[in-house]
Amino acid sequence: MFENMSLLSLQQYWWFIVSLLGALFIFITFVQGGQTLLYNIGKDEAQRNVLVASLGRKWELSFTSLVMFGGALFAAFPLFYSVSFGGAYYVWMAILFCFIIQAVSYEYRKKPNNFLGSRVYESFLYINGSVGIILIGIAVGTLFTGGHFIKNEMNLSAWTMHSYGLEGALNPFNVALGFTLFFLARVQASLYFMNNIADDSIVKNAKIQLFRDALLFLGFFITTIVMLLVMSGVSYHNTFFVVSEYKFLHNFLNTPLLLALFLLGTFLVLFALFITFFRKSTKGIWFSGIGTVLVILSFFCLLGFNATAIYPSLSDLASSLTIENSSASHYTLSTMSYVSLGVPFVLAYIIAVWRVMDRKKITSEEIASDAHHY
Amino acid sequence: MDSTLLVELSRAQFALTALYHWLFVPLTLGLSFIIAIMESLYVKTGDETWKKITKFWMGLFAINFAIGLATGIILEFEFGTNWSNYSWIVGDIFGAPLAIEGIMAFFMESTFFAVMFFGWDKVSKKVHLLSTWLVAIGSNLSALWILVANGWMQHPVGMEFNLNTARFEMKNFFDVLFNPNAISKFLHTVSSGYVMGALFVVGISAWYLLKKRDILFAKRSIIVAASFGLLASVFLTLTGDESAHQVALTQPTKLAAMEGLYDGKSRAGIVAIGQLNTDKKIGDGQKEFIWSIEIPYALSFLGFRNINAFVPGIDDLVLGNPTLSIEPAQSKIDKGKVAIASLKTYKEAMRENDNTKATIAFQSFRENQSFLGYGYLNDPAKIIPPVGITFYSFHIMVGLGSWFLALFFFVLYFSMVGKIETKPLLLKLAFLSIPLGYVAGEAGWIVAEVGRQPWAIQSMLPVGIATSSIDPISIMITLGLFATIFTGLLIAEIKIMLKQVSIGPEGEAHV
Repeated sequence: MFENMSLLSLQQYWWFIVSLLGALFIFITFVQGGQTLLYNIGKDEAQRNVLVASLGRKWELSFTSLVMFGGALFAAFPLFYSVSFGGAYYVWMAILFCFIIQAVSYEYRKKPNNFLGSRVYESFLYINGSVGIILIGIAVGTLFTGGHFIKNEMNLSAWTMHSYGLEGALNPFNVALGFTLFFLARVQASLYFMNNIADDSIVKNAKIQLFRDALLFLGFFITTIVMLLVMSGVSYHNTFFVVSEYKFLHNFLNTPLLLALFLLGTFLVLFALFITFFRKSTKGIWFSGIGTVLVILSFFCLLGFNATAIYPSLSDLASSLTIENSSASHYTLSTMSYVSLGVPFVLAYIIAVWRVMDRKKITSEEIASDAHHY
Repeated sequence: MDSTLLVELSRAQFALTALYHWLFVPLTLGLSFIIAIMESLYVKTGDETWKKITKFWMGLFAINFAIGLATGIILEFEFGTNWSNYSWIVGDIFGAPLAIEGIMAFFMESTFFAVMFFGWDKVSKKVHLLSTWLVAIGSNLSALWILVANGWMQHPVGMEFNLNTARFEMKNFFDVLFNPNAISKFLHTVSSGYVMGALFVVGISAWYLLKKRDILFAKRSIIVAASFGLLASVFLTLTGDESAHQVALTQPTKLAAMEGLYDGKSRAGIVAIGQLNTDKKIGDGQKEFIWSIEIPYALSFLGFRNINAFVPGIDDLVLGNPTLSIEPAQSKIDKGKVAIASLKTYKEAMRENDNTKATIAFQSFRENQSFLGYGYLNDPAKIIPPVGITFYSFHIMVGLGSWFLALFFFVLYFSMVGKIETKPLLLKLAFLSIPLGYVAGEAGWIVAEVGRQPWAIQSMLPVGIATSSIDPISIMITLGLFATIFTGLLIAEIKIMLKQVSIGPEGEAHV
């Protein structure tokens, strides 16, 4: 089946898969958002324990999604993996450090004799949820704004700036995207808490927090979208690259399906806020979650289709990466495509387990009586 | 840029991460199955004591699991950050197992981990048990895919170099998956994890017996873990034998270093124990060992299944052995340099649209492609990995593995006859063997990875070509940070573990 597809079709299929994984990861970053709200929503230790316990049942999914996103990029677009990770070294390393400290913090935070103390582990969670997510936004932003790299005819690459990716933090679009994702994660976290925890005080606090974060999110989101639509991108034809004005606006207009996904996704996020504030619903997380996946999916797909560079080079335009010049071979992509058929099955059991585990909302009594709570 | 420093720092950072990762993963691999067996006994018998036992070990499992995840994610991304040339040159093959690992194993582990820990009152007993087994299976599936990738690095198969893209590309996925080196490596590695898990449970339970507390809990834990450990040890021995056989067939320089063998011979014996002569140089005719005890014929037999087989030594592999048609390393280097030059010529010809020149270069490359990696070396002696660390690590691993087999046998025997509490020396030895399990595991990894040097991909890609082009100072900074963070987290883990063991299954701290 897949072996009969053209190389370009396989490359587009895999860019879609990578985009979907990226979108699912951004959805699941409500865990990170929640980590930054422990002291905003949890007014005492008992409430904070409930919040951590609620997030703690999902944190591994965020970790796994990130690993999966990286693994899929490596397998399907190894040159992108090589150029970006090997070049934007400091940014990726900083992101990794933010995730190392998350991994242990849930388990160690409340354990006796934990060496660093609860507050340190809570600050680890905060750093992961704030610096980690903003840096991921900056790193993703560079897919649109470019990186300072060159590659030779053997496809071996080097970064041309000794700041190794940190210079990306000086680009307003990258920063705006970083803060958009940060506040989106917090918005979703509040919606998640309201859906997952049976505690009037926490729900009330989450709603107040949601209002503040939603305003900031919308501000950054609109800024990011406006910047995206007016910015230039890089187009290519065979091995020739050219800077195109309003590239992403044109990509939206030329691919109505992506525009529809983006608009539907945006509507669903706004709808989630509407029913939460005006209908007292606690199901907003589902609408905002689906909306987030659709918006981020359309964002990533803007890069992979319509002859667009997925990683423009700011040092040598001809070194820019596309889904065509950075992908794995036809054989590997078609083999991997059979494996990708397992993704719906994986999603199905994740959803099934999630439903079973969250059938009953978490209460402070349950956490107090559970010997193995986080 | 100082390329030697860059390579050494890149290796140091990866080695640090891998060594820390390998402190935590074996316990996850082994303990997950032991817990699953214990919970199966609970579900089968309905005995609440088994549930208590399961939950106690599950608690320790969780403490260890988190830090294993943390170090694991770093390893995956370090292929990109520190080995970016590697990621491109072999990413077409190497990336696939990593992605499959994510889809097939990581999600299974992380999804059912939540049920295993928080689902006791949310799902039925059977569904909970299934979740516990799925966590164990997921952990081991994860090991399968990463070791398929590692096995391919040790013995690259199922691929071909594409001159147009200047990289190796996969040609047969099943050759990669069923690479004999990968299969033996997987089985040997996971069985070492099972032994580690068993040592951990037996050792801590022995401590409880020595302290005369939680007796029933400790005895039952020992029975399960020692049985599991004994079976795993037998399996470990068999898979170790097959793993070494594969090394003999595909990585002769590693085998020579593992045995400190310079002068190759037929009917070669295995050095059971010995002290290397550190003044020994290639081809100088000096004795290899200050002293040694050898098992005659064993190396020929175990390596090649034939006591008369010739086992090439370091001198043969570096200087060549015309009698046995072993090519000198310098000849391989020369051919490798032809392959590299042909690749460059091919690229030039393609740029100039000169088909004749391209065809000649293409043919020349194909004739010499098996030696491509050698072309990046300048000194024939560089094909030999560090002998001392490889030799001693291998012998430490084998020696400790033999000890664990004996330990499990005696612990299980005295447990079965009801006399384990009366054997304080055995109990002390069991407790003291916990750190030895970690030593053996790390030694095994050193043999596998240091023994592969100077190659990132055996004979195809030396580590010196595989690194990222970044300033060494950048790696110094991150290496320092990793060392600090990993060490800090290790201290935290040990302190928490010790406290949890002190608290015990009954949930009250003992002073």
